[in-house]
Amino acid sequence: MSERLAVRKTYKLYIGGKFPRSESGRSYVVTSSTGDFLANAAHASRKDARDAVSAARKAFGGWSGATAYNRGQILYRIAEMLEGRHAQFVAETVAAEGVSAERAGELVDAAIDRLVWYAGWSDKVSAVAGSSNPVAGPYFNFSTPEPTGVVAVMAPQGLLGLVSVIAPVIVTGNTCVVVADGRTALPAVTLAEVLATSDLPGGVVNILTGQAAELAPWLASHMDVNAIDLTGVPEHLAAACEEAAAENLKRVFRPLPPATDWLATPDTKRLMAFLETKTVWHPVGM
Amino acid sequence: MFEYAPAPESRDIVDIQPSYGLFINGEFVEAQGEERAKTVNPATEEVLAEISYAGQADVDRAVRAAQDAYDGVWGRMPGRERAKYLFRIARIIQERAREFAVLESLDNGKPIRESRDVDVPLVAAHFFYYAGWADKLEHAGFGANPRPLGVAGQVIPWNFPLLMLAWKIAPALACGNTVVLKPAETTPLTALLFADVCRQAELPPGVVNIITGAGETGRMLVGREGVDKVAFTGSTEVGKQIARTLAGTGKKLTLELGGKAANIVFEDAPLDQAVEGIVNGIFFNQGHVCCAGSRLLVQESIQDELLDALKRRLATLRLGDPLDKNTDIGAINSAAQLDKIRELSRAGEEEGAERWSPPCELPDRGYWFPPTLFTGVAQSHRIAREEIFGPVLSVLTFRTPAEAIEKANNTPFGLSAGVWTEKGSRILWMAQRLRAGVVWANTFNRFDPASPFGGYKESGFGREGGRHGLEAYLDV
Repeated sequence: MSERLAVRKTYKLYIGGKFPRSESGRSYVVTSSTGDFLANAAHASRKDARDAVSAARKAFGGWSGATAYNRGQILYRIAEMLEGRHAQFVAETVAAEGVSAERAGELVDAAIDRLVWYAGWSDKVSAVAGSSNPVAGPYFNFSTPEPTGVVAVMAPQGLLGLVSVIAPVIVTGNTCVVVADGRTALPAVTLAEVLATSDLPGGVVNILTGQAAELAPWLASHMDVNAIDLTGVPEHLAAACEEAAAENLKRVFRPLPPATDWLATPDTKRLMAFLETKTVWHPVGM
Repeated sequence: MFEYAPAPESRDIVDIQPSYGLFINGEFVEAQGEERAKTVNPATEEVLAEISYAGQADVDRAVRAAQDAYDGVWGRMPGRERAKYLFRIARIIQERAREFAVLESLDNGKPIRESRDVDVPLVAAHFFYYAGWADKLEHAGFGANPRPLGVAGQVIPWNFPLLMLAWKIAPALACGNTVVLKPAETTPLTALLFADVCRQAELPPGVVNIITGAGETGRMLVGREGVDKVAFTGSTEVGKQIARTLAGTGKKLTLELGGKAANIVFEDAPLDQAVEGIVNGIFFNQGHVCCAGSRLLVQESIQDELLDALKRRLATLRLGDPLDKNTDIGAINSAAQLDKIRELSRAGEEEGAERWSPPCELPDRGYWFPPTLFTGVAQSHRIAREEIFGPVLSVLTFRTPAEAIEKANNTPFGLSAGVWTEKGSRILWMAQRLRAGVVWANTFNRFDPASPFGGYKESGFGREGGRHGLEAYLDV
């Protein structure tokens, strides 16, 4: 009996809860760290980026209006689904990053735990970042953090980095367009499959595989994007992206060196970077 | 309407020098830049003083003085000692309140009633508030040992000259930074008087440096190496330029920019109170307010009733001498600003909105514009989209709360909004959905040092006031 021929997976984009190919028809070859063929990934275009921004904008009202409890539940659900695919993510991490199975296991564990950590923040961030303010007058004055809006996320390499930049953005009610560069396409697409089956409304996370260097400038200058995370942008492009972001005064998050240790417990910087403070003066009287 | 006899506040209390240098390293020095300009009283066009425009050499000198003061004294001073300097400053401002109020009205054109009852008391309150934070920063929620940033370059506008100075300097100093501040070229005098307060308080030299000048001086300051943090209040256009200039430099930036706030009146609102709120929202400080309620959104069912009441009220507003205690509306700050208000008002008429002003006699000299409202305004009109920064109100209507939200949020700005209704649950429902940094319910244009202020979207980023206001000046 002859050996069974494997059924290969087609790697597509994830936009508005669906898995389209790039409208450009382009794809690129993802190879392992040793140069072996791993997959053909969709090579997202400027038009795909625009579609993803539209999908993220459309999802913003519903997601930001969901209760914090609900958002926390959904992030925890994502962690559960990731746990269920633990072996698959380990195998993909071994192939793509060329690390040992043991090391890959640690990275996947950390990614799951990271989601659980951020899930718990959903209904606590207001208590930490908000306040009631003792103004000198008959008003109940309070400040609450609110999501900034649509965030473009230039993801770093690997599943753990990917999860570590997406979770803090969406847990507070933002929606996002994530660019997964190079071979991060593989865990990114598998993560998209997890997201699609985790009760996360379509459009909250949109994932584009392709080249950050090509897509970042478009997203940085897009007038309906409210903030941009430049973590995965090549150093030589970051300043130009910051400059383009000034056109509609995007909030820019650019981690300072040294490079982030994704295995370490994060601080709240990423969580707070995509929040606006709203202050309400409510009258007090009889 | 009652007739009032003139009741001018005496200007004898202020002592304006014929010309001013720059306040650097604790003393007034002559600018090395050649350029000089005159600051005028906008109500009379009388020249008040000649000021210097700081050039590159002056900016260098001021920044070096601030660096030295940061390294040598202020950055290492215990918080409790910094606090006491700030308390001193607050007290001195209270003691010299009348002097500051008169000088502010002279240089800016705002009614003495406002400079005396709003601007200057808020300035003192702001210093008191942040003085108390200086030795409690480890409890502010930014970690166990939040550090200052270094030298702050601060550029402020002409609409609330001294108040914006306080919003910038008080938190910066409380957190341990030193500052180089540039006031607006048309309103430098209260900042220069503040320099005297620093001397009186025996603030170490170089902790506060005040350099005067126009846009070019501001550009040099924010771009200068050694400035670790930039804070700007002003137009969205200039804010974007600064953001571009600072791209890739790693300097921390906060921006408080323009607005086009909706003031939303529901049919169940207490009408007389709402009329006062609308007036305060757009005619306070001649409408020279970034968070002004410049778009009135009125529920269709009460449009006629509300507009009648509003017009009756506008007819009683007194426009004239800013130093008169009965004056409601003072002078437009400059000829350039007056041109801009006129131009946008013409555009309003040309685009088909209906213009109305009460009978209102304008003084012969100075820069004046009558309180004006436009009805029949469409969302596409320039007067509904662009910041006029003058006493001009655009009136639009809505039927449902959802429509009010849609229209209120239909702007690239997001600084403030107002909601008028008797229903508490509707206030909070609206507040949740308005994409604006400050929402006033059944009031408008209230400010308090404990209350964070700042915008969404193109109205800028960062907050001033409250615990949140510390973040802009800490390494967090």
